[in-house]
Amino acid sequence: MGEGTVKKIMYVNRKAPYGTIYALESLEVVLIAAAFDQDVSLVFMDDGVYQLKKGHQTKGIEVKNFQPTYRALDDYDVNKLYVEKEALEARGLSEADMCVPVEVKSAAEIGKLMEEQDVLLSF
Amino acid sequence: MLHIVNKSPLERNTLDSCLAAAQSGAAVLLIEDGVYAATRGNAAESKLRSASERLEIYVLAPDLEARGMGASLTEGVKPVDYAGFVDLVVKHKNCQSWL
Repeated sequence: MGEGTVKKIMYVNRKAPYGTIYALESLEVVLIAAAFDQDVSLVFMDDGVYQLKKGHQTKGIEVKNFQPTYRALDDYDVNKLYVEKEALEARGLSEADMCVPVEVKSAAEIGKLMEEQDVLLSF
Repeated sequence: MLHIVNKSPLERNTLDSCLAAAQSGAAVLLIEDGVYAATRGNAAESKLRSASERLEIYVLAPDLEARGMGASLTEGVKPVDYAGFVDLVVKHKNCQSWL
């Protein structure tokens, strides 16, 4: 990558939090890569929308609650967060259930955004 | 007997496999990502509701709360804590985990 080259990088999150390590790992990579000043966006599809469901209380399962970290993303200029409309509907959720400001988009709209990316990272 | 499901119904088909095999009167415990099946508005809700007419359905409450779904529990599903989980295992003759 030449100096000054900005790439469009999209992180695609499709797994529920806590049941597997994917959600936490994705967040870690996003925060590390934020230091490189790229054009970053995050997509939450399928069970990935559960990562942003407000109100995680992980004391009972003795696992770190990483939900507050999503609120810190804006400080790293990561503020393009897209949530799949169909995924919310299939789970009885709405935009109001999300713990951070997001843009709700259809799967087709998200697919279009994917076409525009230089790099897609899947979690 | 006791059946345990730990995968999201929208990610894997383990809940379907479990419900197809479970005999009337058996107990089903939802844990980890399996708890999403017992939340209102989930696409699996009606499936779980009709299953609850012939099966005892339980959900591990700490897993529900961890996921911010504590207030969304489907009616007819009984929440249990870890001690309740142990009681279910002790009470039943055997147990199948639908991994």
